Amino acid sequence: MVMRGWRRRWLGTAGFYALAVLFMLPTVFVFYWMVTLSIKPQVEATAYPPSFVRFSVTTAGYREVFTKYPFLLYTWNSLVVAVGCTGLGLAVGLPAAYSIARWRQRRLALAILVARIIPGISYLIPWYIFFRNLRMVDTYGALILTHLIVGLPIIIWVMIGFFEDVPADLEDAALIDGCSYFGTFWRVALPLVKPGVMATAILSFVFSWNNFLFSVILAGRQTRTLPIAVFNMISYEEINWGTLAAAATLITLPVLVLALLVQRHIVSGLTFGAVKQ
Amino acid sequence: MTPRQDVAATVTSAHHVERNGRLGGWAHRHARWLFPAPAIFLVVAIIAYPIAYTVWMSLQEWYASSLTAPKFIGLANYEKIAVGDPRFREAVVRTVYFTVLVLVGETVLGVAMALLFNREFWGRGLLRTLAILPMVATPTAIGLVFVMMYHPTLGVANYLLTVIGLSPFKWTYSSQTALYALALVDVWQWTPLIMLIALAGLASLPREPYEAAHIDGASTLRAFWHITLPLLRPAIVVAILFRAIDALKTFDIIYIITQGGPANATETINILLFNQAFSYFNMGYASSMAVALFTVVMGVSLILIKVRRTTAW
Repeated sequence: MVMRGWRRRWLGTAGFYALAVLFMLPTVFVFYWMVTLSIKPQVEATAYPPSFVRFSVTTAGYREVFTKYPFLLYTWNSLVVAVGCTGLGLAVGLPAAYSIARWRQRRLALAILVARIIPGISYLIPWYIFFRNLRMVDTYGALILTHLIVGLPIIIWVMIGFFEDVPADLEDAALIDGCSYFGTFWRVALPLVKPGVMATAILSFVFSWNNFLFSVILAGRQTRTLPIAVFNMISYEEINWGTLAAAATLITLPVLVLALLVQRHIVSGLTFGAVKQ
Repeated sequence: MTPRQDVAATVTSAHHVERNGRLGGWAHRHARWLFPAPAIFLVVAIIAYPIAYTVWMSLQEWYASSLTAPKFIGLANYEKIAVGDPRFREAVVRTVYFTVLVLVGETVLGVAMALLFNREFWGRGLLRTLAILPMVATPTAIGLVFVMMYHPTLGVANYLLTVIGLSPFKWTYSSQTALYALALVDVWQWTPLIMLIALAGLASLPREPYEAAHIDGASTLRAFWHITLPLLRPAIVVAILFRAIDALKTFDIIYIITQGGPANATETINILLFNQAFSYFNMGYASSMAVALFTVVMGVSLILIKVRRTTAW
C-alpha cells in the first residue's frame, strides 16, 4: 500500500512536469528557432527537413545585417525615440500620477486610461495630416510625441500604485513642517518610489521600442526605427533567412533582457494595475 | 525618532522657503491642478484634438494625395460603410471572428494553464519568466519568425506537422487558413497574459469554502465547478475584456505577416482603414471607419470600467 501511494505520487509529479513542458514548449520553441536560424549558414537555414540541434554556426547573418543595411543608424533612431519618449513621459507623468494618487483624481485617471483604450490607428490620420502640414514627418519630435500615447498611460497608471503606497503620515509631516507640495513630491515621495520609476521607465522604453504602427507612417528615411527597418527587410531578404533571423534577434533581445529586469511589473503594466502580482 | 520621520524632518527643515512668496504660495495652493497640468495638456493635444479632428474629417470627402480641398458631404461616408461597401462589411465580420477566435483560444488555454500551475513546484519562477517573453517581444521580430515558420515548403511548422503524422497546409499562404494562422500567433503571444491574470486570481481565493466542501464530501470536480470557477470569474472577465479591446485593435502582427492578404482573407477593419488612409489617401472615408472602430472599442471598454467598479479591485 505504501509502495502504491508513493508510485502514484511520483507518476502524478511526472505527469505534471510533462504537461508543464508541453504547455511551455511553443513559447520556448519560437525564440529558440529565431536564435538558431540566426546563426545557421544560409544553406542550413532553409534546409528541409530542418535541423534542430546539429548545425554549423556562423556569424554571417549578423555581419550582413550591419554591412548591407545602416543598422547602427536605425538602432540610434530607436534609442533616441524610446529614450525621448520615456524621459518626456516621466517628466509629465510622474507629477500627474502623484497628484492622482494624493488627491484621488479618479476622473483624470480614467481619462488617461481612455488614451490606452482608443485604437492607435484612429489617431494616425489626424497626426499624419498635422505633421505633414508642419513638415514634421520624418523627425524625432513627431515620433517621440506619438510614442507618448503608448508610454504616458503606462507610466501614469503603474506609478499611481507606487505613490499610493507612500505613507500619507510621512508627506503630512513634511507639509506641516512647511514643505510645499512640490517639495514633498520631489524630496519625500519621489525618493521612496525610485524602484517604481525604474520599472516604469523600462516598461515605457520597451513599448516605445516595439512600436510599429506610428513609426511606419511617421518615420522616414532619416528617422526610421528598427521595427520598420526590419519589416522592410522582409521583401528584400525573402529567402535569406539567416539574415532575417539575425535582425529579428537583434531588435528583440535587448527588450527581452530589459523586460526580465522588471518582470514583476509587466502584468500590472499591461493591465493598468488591474492585476497586481 | 523612526528613520522615516527622520528623513521627513531633515528634508523639510531646510526647504520651507518654497511656500513663501506670492508665486510659491499660489503654486502651493493650486498644486492639485498644477501637478497634472502638463499631462492634461498633452492628453488633450495628442488625443482629444485628433479624435475630434477625425470625427470632423469623417464628414468630408478628401484625398490627401490631391490638391483639392476637403468637401463636406455630411454622413455620406457613414452611409457607405453601413450599407454600400461589402468590403468593409467583410472586414467587420473578419475582425469580430478573429477576436472571438483568439479570445476563446486564449481563455480556455490560459485558464487551464493557470489551474495546472497553481501549486508549489520546482521551476515556478522560470515559468513566470518564460510567460512574459512573448508579451514583450518586438512584434516585428515575432511576425518575421512566424513568416519563416509558416513557409509552406521550407517552414518548420509543416515539418512538425508531418512528424506527428498530419498533412501539411499552407498557413498564411492560403486564403482559407491565413486568418487562423494569424489567430494562432495571437494565441501564442497572449495566452500567458490570461494565465498570469488567472493565476493571480487563484492565489487570492479563500481556503474556507474548499475545506467546507471537503467535509461535506464534495468531489474535486464539483468543488472546481461550484467554488473555483465562480470565485475566479471576476478575474477571468477582466482578462477577457482587456484582451477583447486589444484583439479588436490588432494591427502589427497582421500587417507584418500578411498585409491583409492573400486575396483580402486577413483584411480586418484596422488593415482596411490603414490602406484606405495611407495607400489610397482616402482620408475622409478612412476617418469614418476609424470612428466606427473607435465606437466599438469604447463600448467594450465601458463594460470593462463597469465591471471594474463592481468587482472592487
